[in-house]
Amino acid sequence: MLETVLLIVFAMLGLALLLSVWRLVVGPSLPDRILALDTMYINSIALIILYGMSMGTALYFEAALLIAMLGFVSTVAVCKYLLRGDIIE
Amino acid sequence: MSEIIISVLLLVGGGFVLIGSIGLVKMPDFFMRLHGPTKATTLGMACLLTAAIVFFSKSAEGISAKEVLISIFLLLTAPISGYMLIKSAIHHRLPASKNTKGEENIEED
Repeated sequence: MLETVLLIVFAMLGLALLLSVWRLVVGPSLPDRILALDTMYINSIALIILYGMSMGTALYFEAALLIAMLGFVSTVAVCKYLLRGDIIE
Repeated sequence: MSEIIISVLLLVGGGFVLIGSIGLVKMPDFFMRLHGPTKATTLGMACLLTAAIVFFSKSAEGISAKEVLISIFLLLTAPISGYMLIKSAIHHRLPASKNTKGEENIEED
């Protein structure tokens, strides 16, 4: 049962990732693209967690933790650049 | 029994993440689009990480701190990035659809 559910959830998350890529390509404004990138890194964390579960190892969760931290920092940095025209004033 | 719990949590979490991305595509303006990823996707990630905690709690590796760390980190940082995104959207004066309320409350910065 768990294998089937894992395949279904893999398909759902892949579709979610493709929808965020569509928003990233279409835009229309810069905050829209940043929001799409933010959603994409959350979706990729979910995919890594699912892959780790299907492989039966928790080894990949360190990569997910790194993506979570660096994605948040990059989102805040780009938003700060849009707000002030500078990251560190 | 734990397999049923894991399956239900995985399906609910995947559904919420998918709904968040559909909202990102379907909503008419940026201020509505922000709702999908900041709320639905965060809840979906919490469900998926809870499923991972239940899954690895009965395996040989045992329960690890990484899942708990990722979920705490995501729940903590999603409101901050949403706040920064809405600040930059207001700063850029993005066009809002006529159904978006509260525009008169925006203060000039």
